[in-house]
This record gives sequence, C-alpha cells and structure tokens, in this order.
Amino acid sequence: MSIIIDEKTKLVVSGLTGREGTFHGLRNRDYGTDLVAGVTPGKAGQEVDGVPIFDTIAEAVAERGANTSMIFVPARFAGAAIDEAIGSGVETVIAITEGIPVHDMLGSYWMAKERGVRLIGPNCPGVLSPGKANVGIIPAQFFDQGSIGVVSKSGTLTYQIGNELKHAGLGNSSIVGIGGDPIVGSDFIDILGLYESDPETELIVMVGEIGGDAEERAATYIAESVTKPVVGYIAGFTAPPGKQMGHAGAIISGSAGTARAKQEALEAKGVRVGTSPSEAAQIAAEIVG
Amino acid sequence: MDLLEYQGKQLFERTGVAVPDGDVAGDVDAAVAAAERIGYPCVIKAQVLIGGRGKAGGIKVATNVHEARNHAEAILGMDLRGPRGEGPFRVAWVWVEGASEIDAEYYASIILDRSAKKPLAILSRMGGMNVEEITETDPDALARSYVEPADGLGIEQARELALSAQIDEDVVLGVSEAMVRLYEAFVSNDATLIEVNPLVVTASRDVIALDAKVTIDDSALFRHEQLAAAEEQPADEQERMAKERGLTYVKLDGDIGILGNGAGLCMSTLDVVANAGGSPANFLDAGGGSKADAIVDALEVITSDPKVRAVLFNIFGGITRCDEVAAGIIEASSRVRLEVPLVVRLDGTNSAQGLGMLAKAGLDHLHVEKTMLGAAQAVVELAGKA
Repeated sequence: MSIIIDEKTKLVVSGLTGREGTFHGLRNRDYGTDLVAGVTPGKAGQEVDGVPIFDTIAEAVAERGANTSMIFVPARFAGAAIDEAIGSGVETVIAITEGIPVHDMLGSYWMAKERGVRLIGPNCPGVLSPGKANVGIIPAQFFDQGSIGVVSKSGTLTYQIGNELKHAGLGNSSIVGIGGDPIVGSDFIDILGLYESDPETELIVMVGEIGGDAEERAATYIAESVTKPVVGYIAGFTAPPGKQMGHAGAIISGSAGTARAKQEALEAKGVRVGTSPSEAAQIAAEIVG
Repeated sequence: MDLLEYQGKQLFERTGVAVPDGDVAGDVDAAVAAAERIGYPCVIKAQVLIGGRGKAGGIKVATNVHEARNHAEAILGMDLRGPRGEGPFRVAWVWVEGASEIDAEYYASIILDRSAKKPLAILSRMGGMNVEEITETDPDALARSYVEPADGLGIEQARELALSAQIDEDVVLGVSEAMVRLYEAFVSNDATLIEVNPLVVTASRDVIALDAKVTIDDSALFRHEQLAAAEEQPADEQERMAKERGLTYVKLDGDIGILGNGAGLCMSTLDVVANAGGSPANFLDAGGGSKADAIVDALEVITSDPKVRAVLFNIFGGITRCDEVAAGIIEASSRVRLEVPLVVRLDGTNSAQGLGMLAKAGLDHLHVEKTMLGAAQAVVELAGKA
C-alpha cells in the first residue's frame, strides 16, 4: 500500500506540452507512472512522445480513463486549470505550480471539498509512492520503497531527509509535498489520516515550517487520532517576524506562526522533533529500528 | 505587497469607502499646496510602512500655512522606526488630509484566515487599539464573522456583525455598508489583509476610514498593474539588488552569508548555522533549478553586504544538478572578487561530478564540506577567525 498514488494511478497532465510539463511528465512516466494523457486547450490531436493531447481534462477522463490530474500550467491560468480538473471526474488533483493567487485557491479549495476531490498543493513537489508511481518533481533516486510515510511543506528539505533515511537503510511508503502556500488543498491533518490507515506505513515524518497553524492543529490531531509514531522537523527558528521566507505562506504574523510554538505544540503531544533534518532522520531510524 | 496609507485610501475611495479629502506630496511645496487646498486644520502624515507613526513624530496637525510648511519640512526626509525597531524608513511622501472631528473610533478588518480557509471580518467598538490589545482588554468587544468565499459579505451579515459589536445604533447602517465595501475592496484587489484602525464616526455622524493598512497578494500583482507599478523599492541595498536579479532574499542581522536551494532547506540552513553558534546575514533561496547565472547573481548580492565575513552555500540537488551549481561557483569566482571564505556543501544529484569540478578548479577561499552540520560548523569557525 501507499497513499494518494500507486500502480492504479492513471495520470493526465495539464500543461504537458510546455517545457517543464514535458520534462517532468515524461520523467514521471519513465519512473513507471501510467501517464495516459496531456491537456492543452487548442492542441487536441497532438502527441507528446506518444502521449495523446486533449483539449479538456474531462475528455482525457472519458477517453483514457484518467483518475489523477497534475497541474503544470503557468500561475495566472493555474486556478482555472485546477477548477477544471476538480470538475472533470478525476479523484485527485496535484498542483505543482507556484505563485497562484490566494483568492483563486480559496475558490478551488471549497470547490474540491464540495465535490469530494482530493487536492494536493499548489506550490508543492507532488507525491511519490516509491516503486509504484511518481507524480510531480520529486527526484525518486533518494527514496526506496519502505515503511516511513513523509509529509512536508518543503521540497528540498524532504529530499535531504529522504536521502538520510535511505543511507540508514530505510524506505518510504509515500512522500507527500503539501506545499508552502497560505491556502493548500490538503493540510498535514489530511495526510496524517491517510498514513494512519495505510497498513504499509509504520512511522510518519512530518516536516513543517513557520507560518499559519497547520502544525499546531496537526499536533492536536496526532494526540487524538494517530496511533503510529510521528517524528517532526520544523524550519525557520531564526526567521524574523513579518518577513516572507521564500514560500508565500512562510511568514510569522505578529507573534503567530513561530517555529518555537510549533515545536512546543508537537512536543507537548509526545511528538519528537529533530533540531536538524539529519536528527529528524536519525530519530525516525532509531524508532523503526 | 503592503500599501502605504494613501495608496490604501485611494483604493478605498474607488470602492466607495469614505475617506478624508487629501493629497499625497513628495516635497514641501506640494505639501503646503495640498494643505492650502484642503484648508485647516489639516493633518500631515508620514507615508511609511510602520505602525506607531504618531508617537514617532511622523503625524502632525497644522492649523495654518506656516505650521503646514514647518511640519512638512520636519517630516519629509526623516527616518522613522517602528515600535518593534523596524526600519529605519526614510519618509519620501506625506499624505495631507483634512482633520476630522471624531465622535467615536472603531476597529474594522478583513483578514484571510488560513486555518478556516475563509475571509474573516472583524469589527470592534474599541478603535485605536490593535486586535491583540482589544483581546486582552475586553475580548467581548471584538465581533467576528467568517465570510463564505462563494457568497461574499452581504449587508445582512455585516449588520449582524455591527450589532454584535455593539456599534452606536444610528451608525449601524453606515458601518455595515463600510464593511461590505471593504470586503469588495478585499476581493477585487486580491488583498490578504485590510485593516482600518480607526474607522471613525465624525461629529456629523458620518463613517469614514481614518487609516488604511492593506496587504496585496504578491502572486496576484499580475492582474493589478496599477498597484504593481506603485510598489516601493526595498530600502535595503542588498534586498534591492536581489529584487532586480529576481532572487528571493531577506536581510538578517548577522555576518554569515547564506545560500540554499529551496525555501525550506534555506530556512533550515539558517537554523543549523545559528545552532552552531553563528549568526546568519541573510536568507537567499536560489530556487529549485539553480543555474550558473543564479549562483553568480547570488554571490554578488551576498558579498556586497559589508557585514558578511564568511559565506555558506548549502545545496541539496534534486532537480538542481550539483555539477551546474559547481560550474556556477567556478564562473562566479572569475567574475566576483571573493574576499571572504566560502564553504560549500554539495549533495544529491550529480554531487560527485560537482565536487570533482570544484577540487580541480582549486579556488582560493573555498572550503568543501560533506554534510550540512559540518558545513555549518566550518562556516561559523571561519567567520570567527575573519
């Protein structure tokens, strides 16, 4: 088992004909993901390396049985592409695009909720289920198949931790990048719940950062609803208030959203928090044995 | 992007929120002309992005033309610091507006609530204080109401909010209408925050916005060209350089320059350096696909800060290839005169090739470390010696 994507995933990529979309879409296919279609309005009938292109996601669903959509279109069109995906009949929408206006995401978030569609991202590296499927830009070489579930706001930090776990001989059930924007489709809580019910996952590594209160809410959720061990890591202890640290959502507003508060909230609920990515990986390795 | 008060008020005016009559001025003569047009008493307000401008001497009332000139001379060009030590910010603009006779001061805001994924409208009869102060003093005086994004804030919901905030009865309608229009301004301008503190009731019982604090979503600036054009350049030299080069850079207080790839890894690098006893000079995210040019740009920006005594490049190559980063470092060293030690940690995709290239190049001042912790310790030690 794994979560969100696996060997049954049939992927349609919005923006497959773009440079980045082609590069990553085909990389995902090379990994073994069943890439069934691409979507670019006005380019129906074309192909990208043998993958048929459709005008709409709904057509890709009807004709190719797509069940998962990846959004790889420029930010100013991405909100509309996400909404199209949510209404197309796919079960899961994974939005990689960075810089989508937050008001666009407000609408998309509630639309996805209403339709019962799982939305991951935006501004995220995607999802990888090692040995099964890769949807997004996560470099798969740092991750082996195994029992540690990872959920993270950050891409490169996740690769760093994955690489250290791999050196310790440990693999992953899935790796989920939830994204660093103020409004994301799935929060830590949503993904923690999926790992809790995934029989393959023994332990969960949760990588957070400053801004918002998703980590604090996750701490409460872990205490109430997660029986598996969780190891945390939080980035941004040295971040000054009021400054956006790269990710649109990584900002301490007044005194809210600090790394210290998140660490304390997690530790208060019995979650061990590493002081560096390496230490978080070491703690995970120690617990799994 | 945070708007200056006058920009916020101009935006309010366009959506029908009443504001005092005023003009913006960039020099003393223009400020005096504005005061003469508006009449006395008028208020001359420094346009900088900090709270507590009044206490810092940035807001003054003029009752005649001489006072207007004196105040404009004093305020324009002054350096103001915020209540938490932010700044200093040099005053380039003043806003001159007619003084209002105030009967009551309220607090009104619309914020984007990240947890609820909804806008939150807040109203209080205790204006002048900030939300934290109101919460401490009298939490009951703060009325809140979530807005369904699909529905928007209608007059009925705004009225209920005004009633629960115990706004004076005769202005419930006026305040409700102001809230509805503020919400319209929030949505139509892609704002993530609109705060009016105070929203005042004048002696003639009109409801007007006496201040304006507005934050616009940077990601949405492409559809607000007018606002984007009005954006102030960062006051800090390195922040300005970084912006011109399209780099994500934040100035900090320390002496160790930092470059990381990816926002999370970069934040984590700052923390690890601080844990090793060092003090980071900046946050700089070279981005997911760092190419040679980005490395050159980054090194130029970091080393232009005279406080920097050592630099750490922490790269974990995912999509970024370490051989490209190494090529960038070698290229940069031929274009930027490096006078401080540079510690490089390269790991991940093509790291062996990248490390090989660096070893072959044999650059002065370059120290290669295998791990993030080792690199942090090394750079702290080198900065201490410099």
